[in-house]
Amino acid sequence: MRDAFRLALAYMRYYIFRTLILVVCITIALLLPAAVNVLVKYYNRVMIVRAETTPLILGAPGSPGDLVMNTLYFKGRVDRRLSAVELKAAKDAGLVTVIPLHVGYTAQKVPIIGTSLDYFAFRNLRAAAGTLPQVLGDVVLGAAAARNLGMRTGDRLLSDQEKLYDISSTYPLRMKVTGVLADSQSPDDHAVFVDLKTAWVIEGIGHGHQAAETVKDPDLMIQAIGHNLVMSGAVVEYNEITGDNIDSYHFHGDPNSFPVSAMICVPPDAKSGTIFKARYFQNESVQAVVPARVVGELMDIVFRVKQFFDANFIMVLVSTSLFLVLVILLTVRIRRREFETLFKIGCARSTVAAIQVAELVLILAVSLVLAVGLLGGLFWYVVHVRMLLTG
Amino acid sequence: MIELKDIEFHYREGPFSLRVPALTIERGEQVAVIGPSGSGKTSLLNLIAGVLVPDAGEVRVGDNVLSRMDDAQRRAFRIARVGMVFQEFELLEYLQVWDNMLLPYRIHPALRLDEETRQSIRTLAERVGVGNFLHRFPRRLSQGERQRVAICRALGTRPDLILADEPTGNLDPATSQTIVDLLLEQAEHREATVLMVTHDHGLLDRFQRVVDLKDFPELDMEGGP
Repeated sequence: MRDAFRLALAYMRYYIFRTLILVVCITIALLLPAAVNVLVKYYNRVMIVRAETTPLILGAPGSPGDLVMNTLYFKGRVDRRLSAVELKAAKDAGLVTVIPLHVGYTAQKVPIIGTSLDYFAFRNLRAAAGTLPQVLGDVVLGAAAARNLGMRTGDRLLSDQEKLYDISSTYPLRMKVTGVLADSQSPDDHAVFVDLKTAWVIEGIGHGHQAAETVKDPDLMIQAIGHNLVMSGAVVEYNEITGDNIDSYHFHGDPNSFPVSAMICVPPDAKSGTIFKARYFQNESVQAVVPARVVGELMDIVFRVKQFFDANFIMVLVSTSLFLVLVILLTVRIRRREFETLFKIGCARSTVAAIQVAELVLILAVSLVLAVGLLGGLFWYVVHVRMLLTG
Repeated sequence: MIELKDIEFHYREGPFSLRVPALTIERGEQVAVIGPSGSGKTSLLNLIAGVLVPDAGEVRVGDNVLSRMDDAQRRAFRIARVGMVFQEFELLEYLQVWDNMLLPYRIHPALRLDEETRQSIRTLAERVGVGNFLHRFPRRLSQGERQRVAICRALGTRPDLILADEPTGNLDPATSQTIVDLLLEQAEHREATVLMVTHDHGLLDRFQRVVDLKDFPELDMEGGP
């Protein structure tokens, strides 16, 4: 059999293009269904695990799917947001730990998540370097985000300007990187985290600037009505929160109206969770969503679509197999004279068959190895580079 | 010694049939087989090689009665004792010259390829003038060089019977003479019997005996290979 493989290998090397065409065809036929299968299973696992570890989400009425994608995977946007008054109400119920989330702004395209320290405990996130955000203006980076941004503790991260050509819009905030989170193999790796109030500053609800009392240039004061001073736009507005200016930061408007995208609610036990959930049953201003149920329904649709692909791949495999049979039959026909010579010299017909089988085995083995290698590479690329769901 | 007795053979398809009442070839004899096209020259060689089995009669090569052997036994006999040379050389295009020469050793488990055998094939290749081409593919060789490689392949197993089916059919006259001389010289050196089918009457004087298939009165020449 070793000699059959030696002859088969010599034939394949000599007719390298013919061999490559076969290898490519078989590799693709093997790779496509395997890739779809592996990636769908991977995404299913990633999504289900994250969803199952998040007991309940409160959000504004709208698409539960959007709410879950936004809250769990920091993807897309929610149409409407909750306000701080609903956050307070949930907290005041005293039944669950309420973790607010403010999602929607970015820093160098990386999502900025405004939240509380409870979030880090809930997701088992710890700082691999530095500390978690302690004061206004601190930011902690997810592990992958730090790698991709090339930043570490002590660096400064600028939030993205929402509208580049709108000079009246909020200035980007320069945040101090106080820490980098340990790798968690989750969407948290690809986000940066700030305190909820910092998120509100980024949104423009709060800001800091030169104190009106210290302004000496009379041209900068437009109007004084009692204690209210209307200042010129030329008054210096800070774009970085420092120890020197932090006291100047303040918020405008009704604190009860400050927005949060969603709240993650973590009940200490099933009973508290059920009671808490019941409070939001048929509530018109807040919806309570169990993420595992939403993701389960979403994956059901994905798996139904996958069945169509599976059927498609079976047909591709069948047609590739038929193509292979045709190639073998044609090869036997083309090489009939060669085989006849081998037989005349004294070669058994079974040896001729063994040479053909060896060729087939080698082609299938090379295709299989190539398909597995490509699948591994694709999986690595999707998980670590493209980060389709986790990033 | 090769002995054919009362041989009758016909192909399943077509009207061709071959009858050889008696033919004896002594060990070490160098015999040319001639005859018109379709007279059965190639069939005769194939019967002696055990590639074909007669419908009746007996083919004996030394102590081996081929007509009583099964397919596996005939193949084992062929690879161990017969060297075959073809008109179209029949080298495997995808094997280098050296691997073509070693081909019989690759396709039959009964043949052992040791260092001594390799050395003897290397020496043979030097002797027939292809020692410098061992790592070339056949497509880069001239017709004459290809036939030299084919002769090396046939002689590489040290056969005591060489069957050559018009080995000079594709060669120019000068090369034909050289190739036949080479074949006969190497066969003599190895004390091998040679049966060579040829149409080239200019080569016949190099053989000890000429068998003309027309001389068999019983031979039916209605056509066929």
